[in-house]
Amino acid sequence: MSFLLLKQKNFSFIKAIKEGDFLFFMEDIILKLKECQLLGRSGSNFPTWLKWEMVKKAKAKKKYVVCNGAEGEPGVFKDKFLLENFAEEVIEGIKIALFTLKAEKAFLYLKKDYYQKFKEKLKKLIKNLPIILFEKPEGYLAGEETALIQAIEGKTPLPTLKPPFPTERGLFGYPTLINNVETFYYVGKVFNNEYQNKRFYCISGEVKNPGVFELPIDFSILEVLKSTNNLPDFDFFVQVGGGALGEILLKRELNQKIRGLASIIVFNKEKTDPFSLMKNWVNLFLKENCDRCVPCREGVFRLAEMIEKRKLEKEKLEDLFFVLKNTSFCALGKAVSLPFESLIKKLLWKK
Amino acid sequence: MEKVKKIKIVIDNKKILSQEGKTILEVAKENNIEIPTLCYHPDLKVKANCRICVVEIKGKKGLFPACATKIEEGMEIFTNSEKVKRARKINLELIFSQHCEECIDCVYNFNCQLLRLAREYKVEISRFKDRKKNYPIYNFSNCLIFDSSKCIDCRNCVEVCKNQGVGFLEIRKKGHLFQVAPSKDPHKDCVFCGQCLLHCPAGAFEGKSEFEEIRAPFSEKGKILIFQFAPAIRVTIGEEFGFQLGEDVTKKLVSAIKKLGADLVFDTCVGADFTSLEEGEELIERLEKKEKLPMFTSCCPSWVKFVEFYYPELIPHLTEVRSPHIILGGLIKTFWAEKERIDPKKIVVVSIMPCISKKYEIKREKLKINGIAPVDYVLTTRELARLFKEEKINLKKIEEREPDLPLGFPSGAGIIYGTSGGVMESALRYVGKKLAFKKKNIKIELKQIRGKEGIREAEIKIGDKKIKIAILSGLGNAKKVIEKIKENPSSYDYIEVMACPGGCIGGGGQPLPTNFEIRKKRGRSLYKIDLRSKIRLPDENPVVKEVYEKFFTSKEKVKSICYTKFFPKKREVKIYE
Repeated sequence: MSFLLLKQKNFSFIKAIKEGDFLFFMEDIILKLKECQLLGRSGSNFPTWLKWEMVKKAKAKKKYVVCNGAEGEPGVFKDKFLLENFAEEVIEGIKIALFTLKAEKAFLYLKKDYYQKFKEKLKKLIKNLPIILFEKPEGYLAGEETALIQAIEGKTPLPTLKPPFPTERGLFGYPTLINNVETFYYVGKVFNNEYQNKRFYCISGEVKNPGVFELPIDFSILEVLKSTNNLPDFDFFVQVGGGALGEILLKRELNQKIRGLASIIVFNKEKTDPFSLMKNWVNLFLKENCDRCVPCREGVFRLAEMIEKRKLEKEKLEDLFFVLKNTSFCALGKAVSLPFESLIKKLLWKK
Repeated sequence: MEKVKKIKIVIDNKKILSQEGKTILEVAKENNIEIPTLCYHPDLKVKANCRICVVEIKGKKGLFPACATKIEEGMEIFTNSEKVKRARKINLELIFSQHCEECIDCVYNFNCQLLRLAREYKVEISRFKDRKKNYPIYNFSNCLIFDSSKCIDCRNCVEVCKNQGVGFLEIRKKGHLFQVAPSKDPHKDCVFCGQCLLHCPAGAFEGKSEFEEIRAPFSEKGKILIFQFAPAIRVTIGEEFGFQLGEDVTKKLVSAIKKLGADLVFDTCVGADFTSLEEGEELIERLEKKEKLPMFTSCCPSWVKFVEFYYPELIPHLTEVRSPHIILGGLIKTFWAEKERIDPKKIVVVSIMPCISKKYEIKREKLKINGIAPVDYVLTTRELARLFKEEKINLKKIEEREPDLPLGFPSGAGIIYGTSGGVMESALRYVGKKLAFKKKNIKIELKQIRGKEGIREAEIKIGDKKIKIAILSGLGNAKKVIEKIKENPSSYDYIEVMACPGGCIGGGGQPLPTNFEIRKKRGRSLYKIDLRSKIRLPDENPVVKEVYEKFFTSKEKVKSICYTKFFPKKREVKIYE
């Protein structure tokens, strides 16, 4: 394994691709990703090897790679942490993707403040590699992968119909690999046989020791809180999987591991007003959803109405959750009901 | 041709063999399995935003929009499971919560998809409070109304307006919600084609006088009330009364109009015969002088407004010959009035048009003859049908009557004005006869210029002349060709433009629904009537001969009745919010 070659000083990436060098050892990275069972860290849990293989097998003149650093979910700041501390490793991951997929270009898609903060540093690391830093436009939805494609193409950053999936027809119509910043970080680890089944957990809220922690993927939430010295001594509940779209879990439900985004926000049960909390979420969705499909546009509107009035109508709510989950256009709409439904059922309608 | 892969799927326990690449909705339609839709319109792109056509797929989580989901091998689909029905019911309730109902005054005349679905899915239509109660009503001059409190945000109107090359309707963010609203840009204006109305599933658009004012012509006391009806009406109004698509109901229509109280009923196609003749003359003159070419037709008022507003530099290229109903109105108030010794001020002319924009056209100052407007009222096909219904006149049951003499009997050439390509074909029939007068076999049918495409081009040989022509329908197509002409001004000699796709048979005043398949049937029927006609050349119509021999005694007279002028326009629609 001559991964060190990539780190050589006068290394020309384009030349290397043209001459067909290095490709011999790139073949088995996908196999390795499969063996390690690395899952996408955007929260979707899609097997990374499968995505890579789909792009690799797609027949097209050009291919693209995108590293998604939109990180728009409240309570999630691991990509920022990685760019701050391990930017080089992230870039290495992108490099491996460029090689493996023989992609023409990669885009590093960054949230505005990340872009401002890290652009100089990243430019130095990128040097002459075909990696382009792209500043994400405003808007929560602009982090969704099809919306991201629209944004890079210079269009309004809103989700588009799937299929076609980006792996078949992505950026400018070409097969495109889109992975999260953390995923690329771990691709490098997998490549160097250094992957130890870990992930980055973001802990915030009413805790003593907030921050980003790298811990085993199969840690339960309770273990994560304990091992980071964050387990509260008061009655609490947590929101797991993001500060807007995450699920509410009670103290007794913490013996499970996190499947989606690894973010844990701790709330003091006594001091938290569930309605104000829901109002924060619903206001974000009202402002940020695209208003195209009926369930999300109208459903969120009606949710907001009920939360504002602090009057929840059970049958209506259940109907709204049903259409949101089952009939929304994009992933946002499908996920909107989870925080509300879990909070309402566990904290307000408990028997 | 590439071989299409066959795919086996199951819909509602029925095994179906279909082709790869098709959507669930397409396959269901082909197999007579009904899946309800709202935002889906065959003329437009799939947007999949109403979420009414959702279906269940075995082994997959959630529901999928049939309009946007392609079939896959082995797919097992349920179009009417309990889960599907529940989802449709709730989504419909949410749609109704943004749609302020006004069923009494609705362009759908109770033939409403929303209501039909409400019944089918036992929808509680007022379950959620109407959230758009205070939304504005926009008036687009004297032609169109957009009542945004009825809008269900499907955005079909925005797409169709963009396709028309106009882009007057747009999506704007107000508060936290994106909404459909007219543009405030002074460089954009509505051209009143009414395609938004035809593509709106919720009846949020209507003609300006679609309901309240349709009786106005009948309230004029002591006047002679004369109706004329456009070529396309005869093959579309039947749809409102259960006739087959495209069925010719001319004689029943005449009889029903008489029953409403009209004194006389003439046929706009006779006016068209005059237009063909004069336009043919103008073309010959321009071809000889080689000036102001290409010449554009100008009987479509939305197209004219489009030129006056967006491309004023092309105004000299528009033929100055008036549109058929304006010429006929003029003849009624001059030729016919003189003949019958009636004061033209005592005549009220009502034109039944497939078109919203014709309401705008009749207000043009330049059209007046001795201070009198040739046409006093325009009613659309839908409006006339509504009047019939209100008066309990059933077109199906009424006896047949011939139109009145002398202006009720057109040539076949006048009839085909109602479909895209008809104006040009009629004018060229005349030009053909005139330029090739020594040859015996005059070609009457110009089949090479017929068709359904929005842009059609041909080179026609007439006598020893070759004429390069184009036929455009849909203003978006006109825009494309205009850009081409700007680069190469000699690409064409003669161009017909109709603002609405397919021409007047797809006009903004036509019955709902209107789509590609429906337009095709309406158009085909017009060609059939032409084929049956004894007289097929405009100048061979006896009344045309009579007018030219006895009445058109001076050039000035012809000018005042048959010609007009066009001027650049600034934005006319004002928006108050």
